[in-house]
Amino acid sequence: MKLLTHNILTSHVKGVTKGYPLLIKATEVRVNEVEFNPQFVSRMIPKLEWSALVQAAEGLLQLGHLQDLPSSLIQDYENNEEFLRKVHRVLLEVEVIEGCLQCPESGREFPISRGVPNMLLNEDDS
Amino acid sequence: MKLKDLESCLQQVDVFEDPKVLLEQYPTSPHIAACMLYTIHNTFDDIKDKVVADLGCGCGVLSIGAAVLDAGLCVGFDIDDDALEIFQRNKEEFELTNIDVVQCDVCSLRESAFAKKFDTVIMNPPFGTKRNQGIDMEFLKTALSMATTAVYSLHKTSTREHIQKKANDWKVKMEVIAELRYDLPASYKFHKKKSVDIQVDFIRFSPT
Repeated sequence: MKLLTHNILTSHVKGVTKGYPLLIKATEVRVNEVEFNPQFVSRMIPKLEWSALVQAAEGLLQLGHLQDLPSSLIQDYENNEEFLRKVHRVLLEVEVIEGCLQCPESGREFPISRGVPNMLLNEDDS
Repeated sequence: MKLKDLESCLQQVDVFEDPKVLLEQYPTSPHIAACMLYTIHNTFDDIKDKVVADLGCGCGVLSIGAAVLDAGLCVGFDIDDDALEIFQRNKEEFELTNIDVVQCDVCSLRESAFAKKFDTVIMNPPFGTKRNQGIDMEFLKTALSMATTAVYSLHKTSTREHIQKKANDWKVKMEVIAELRYDLPASYKFHKKKSVDIQVDFIRFSPT
């Protein structure tokens, strides 16, 4: 699971109103090289939940995938290649392989196995 | 990329080993997948550098194709473990890095869950036959809530009027791009003939 996908995912446990952002508890993270596309990254930035992305990146910091994203979005990012490359790395190159996602409201955990988050609910929590 | 190259590329995608009747796991043939993707890409430019969702992705032929056509990211959604395992294998064999997958029940998603988070949604939904009546429309409703630009989907031609009525109710524009002959190989025991052709519409839905 890439952090761009994480930025989109919400928990839909019954009774949960927002269920966002899901807390990442990773036990295995991989970084795969992805071709840098500055136009795509620039176009994505205003659509992202920036604070959720910063939080996700910080959460992976302990695992050695340090990404020092600024807590609020910088000005004029379209022309800042260094910044766009950082965002590119966080969004598309870092992948959570094993671990789980925790719903911030219900505490329900969704396992991530072999890179696939399992958001299926049981009878009693759907 | 030429249409025939895309089609032969998609012939390398592995499909269901043991399709499940209840989930209507009919694979999208490489020919149909290539025709859909080629049109979406060349006529509408809705794939390259876009965030694309593939609902009920199964083994991922549409996702793989969208990724090959340089989607910014394509995210597949499916409920079934076995299909997703083949999906992951396909992704690895194609060495694609712009593809992700989430296991979930498309029908259980709240409408707000991924509201307008994707540019484009592509799908070959269950046709809503057998015990799943209405599931095609549930997929479509979810897809429309997710996409900002367009939803591309396959539906039985026999349901066109019904879908048009729903599209009007939901205030979306519906455009039948092509009528296809969907060649269903006899995947299941209850299929007596070797294969059955059904008429399918390839439809583009867009917000008005």
